[in-house]
Amino acid sequence: MKFEKKDEGLYRLDVTGYVCPHPQMYTKKALEKMKVGDLLELVFDNPSSGESIAAMCDTVGNDVVAKDTQSGKYIWKIRKAAA
Amino acid sequence: MENVDGRNRLWAFVILGFLSLLTIVSYSFSEYYIYLAAYLWFGFVYGTCLQYGRFCFSSAFRDLFAVGVPRMAVGIMIAMVLFGTVSAFVTATGNSTFHAAPYGWHSVIAGLIFGVGMVLTGGCASGSLYKAGEGNVTAMLVILSISVSQAVFVDLGGWLNALVPYSWHQSAVAKGLPPQINVGDGWMDQYLAGYVWNQPVASFADLLGLKSPFVATYVGNVLVGIVLPASVALAAVYVLWYRKGYLRKRREEGKPLGGPGMELAGYWSMIAASKRTAIAGLALGIAAGLHMYVMKGLQLKFGVENFGPLMKELGFTFGISAKGTVFDPGYWYVTTQEAQWVGWVFNKLGWDNMHNIYFGLENGIPNPLVNPADWMSLALIGGAAVMALLHNEFKWKNTTREHATWAIIGGMLMGIGSRLGLGCNVGAFFVRVSQGDVSGWLFGLGMIGGAYVGVKFFNWWTERKMAREMAAFEF
Repeated sequence: MKFEKKDEGLYRLDVTGYVCPHPQMYTKKALEKMKVGDLLELVFDNPSSGESIAAMCDTVGNDVVAKDTQSGKYIWKIRKAAA
Repeated sequence: MENVDGRNRLWAFVILGFLSLLTIVSYSFSEYYIYLAAYLWFGFVYGTCLQYGRFCFSSAFRDLFAVGVPRMAVGIMIAMVLFGTVSAFVTATGNSTFHAAPYGWHSVIAGLIFGVGMVLTGGCASGSLYKAGEGNVTAMLVILSISVSQAVFVDLGGWLNALVPYSWHQSAVAKGLPPQINVGDGWMDQYLAGYVWNQPVASFADLLGLKSPFVATYVGNVLVGIVLPASVALAAVYVLWYRKGYLRKRREEGKPLGGPGMELAGYWSMIAASKRTAIAGLALGIAAGLHMYVMKGLQLKFGVENFGPLMKELGFTFGISAKGTVFDPGYWYVTTQEAQWVGWVFNKLGWDNMHNIYFGLENGIPNPLVNPADWMSLALIGGAAVMALLHNEFKWKNTTREHATWAIIGGMLMGIGSRLGLGCNVGAFFVRVSQGDVSGWLFGLGMIGGAYVGVKFFNWWTERKMAREMAAFEF
C-alpha cells in the first residue's frame, strides 16, 4: 500500500495486489483524511473492491470522476465532495 | 463483450471446451457420469453468477461495518428468497435432497469463528473459489488453508480428548456406531455424536406446527422463515446504513423529505442500487433451487439416494464411508469437498483417517476425480474464470507475506468454524436459511458477530499502516 501526496489537493493511493477488504478500507480512510475538493487517484486490481468503493462513494456523496481499466488494473479518480 | 481481449476469449473457450469434453467423454464411458456432470454444470453457473455479481458473503456483513455499503446484504437476501421459493416446490412435492441440521449455541459460535476468518481472508468459502477463478493466488491459499484445517481438525484426538466433557463422551459411545468408527477417541467425533446430534432439529414450518406440504413450505419456511426475517434485516440495514445517504441525494435533487412513501422509495432504491449484484442473486437463487430438483431427478432415475452405489458400479471402491455413501449433498455446498480432497491425499500418504465420523461414517474420501462435489467446485472456479476472462478481469495476482498470513490464519478459522457449524456460508447459512432451517439464521447471527470483530481488528491494522504512510506529508 502506498499513499502519497502528489500535489496540493492531489493524492495517490496505490493498493495494487490487495484483496478485500483492504482497498475499500484504505480508500475510506484516505478520503476521510482529505479536504473537500481534493482529488484522490486510486489504483487497485481487485474487481470486487470496485463495486464496494463505487457504492461507498455514492452513499457518502463523493464523486467518482474518472474510471480507467488497463489489463486488470483499475485507475479511478475520486473527488471528495462530502465533508 | 465486443472489446474482449483475443487471448482472454481463447482461454474462456478452452475452459468451456474442456468442461464440455469432460461431460461428453465421461458420459460415453457410463451414463452414471451424468450425475457428476450435473454437479459440474451447476457449479459452472454458480461460478459465473458469483463473479458477475462480485457475490461474496463476507462482503455482505464486512462492508456494512467497514465502509457502510449494503449492496451484498441485499443480493444475498434476494438470492435466499428466490432459492427458497423455487426449492419450496421441490420440498412440497417430496423431492428435496435437503436435511435440516441440529441447532443450538454451537451454530452461533461456529458462525462467529467462521465470520472472523472470512474477514481476515478477504472472502467467504464460495467467494474464495470465485476469486481463485479470477487468478487470485491469495484466494487459492485460503482454499488450501480451509481444506487442510478441516481434514486435520476432524481427526484430532490425543490431548484434545481431555477437553471433551465426560457427558459428551458417554453420549457418543452410547450411540452404537459401527465398530470401525472409533467414536470414543477424537474431539470432533465426541462433539458430533455426544453433543450436536442431541440438539433439536426444526424448520420454521415445524415450529409453527404446519403440516400441509405447500402451506408448510411456502408459509412456514419461505414467508416466516425467509421473507419476514430478510425484510426486517434489510429494514435495519436501510435505517442504519443507507437512509442518510438517500436523504442527502433527495435533498440535493430538491425532492420532498419524509413520509412513508419516501421511506418505501428509499428501501426500494437500496434494493435496486447494485443491478449486478441483484441479477446475480436472482440467478443464483433460481439455479440453486433447480439444482436440488435435478439431483433428486437423477437419484430417482438411477434408483439411488446417494452417489456411493453408482461410484462402486463405476469401479471406484476406495474411500466410501461405512454407510456405503460419499458426500453428495444434492445442492450447492463448498467446504466438505475441500476437506475430502486433502483427506484423500493424507490417506494416500499413510494417515489412517477413516475411523472418524466425518470421513469414515458420513462423507468418505473418494478419489477427487470422481467426487461429485469436487466436480462442482472445480467447475465453479472454471465458470468464474470464464466470466472474468470475458470481462477482461482475469489477472494473475500473486500473494504477499501479509496476505498469505491472513489467508492461512483466516482459512484455518473458516475451516474450524465450518466443521463446528456443519457447513460454511453456503452450506450452513445460505442453503439452510433458504430451506427454512432454524440453524441457518443462528449461524448467520454468529457470522455477523464474527465479521464485526474482524472489521474492528482490520480497522486498527489499516489505521496503523495509514498513519505510517502519512507521516511523510501533511494535509
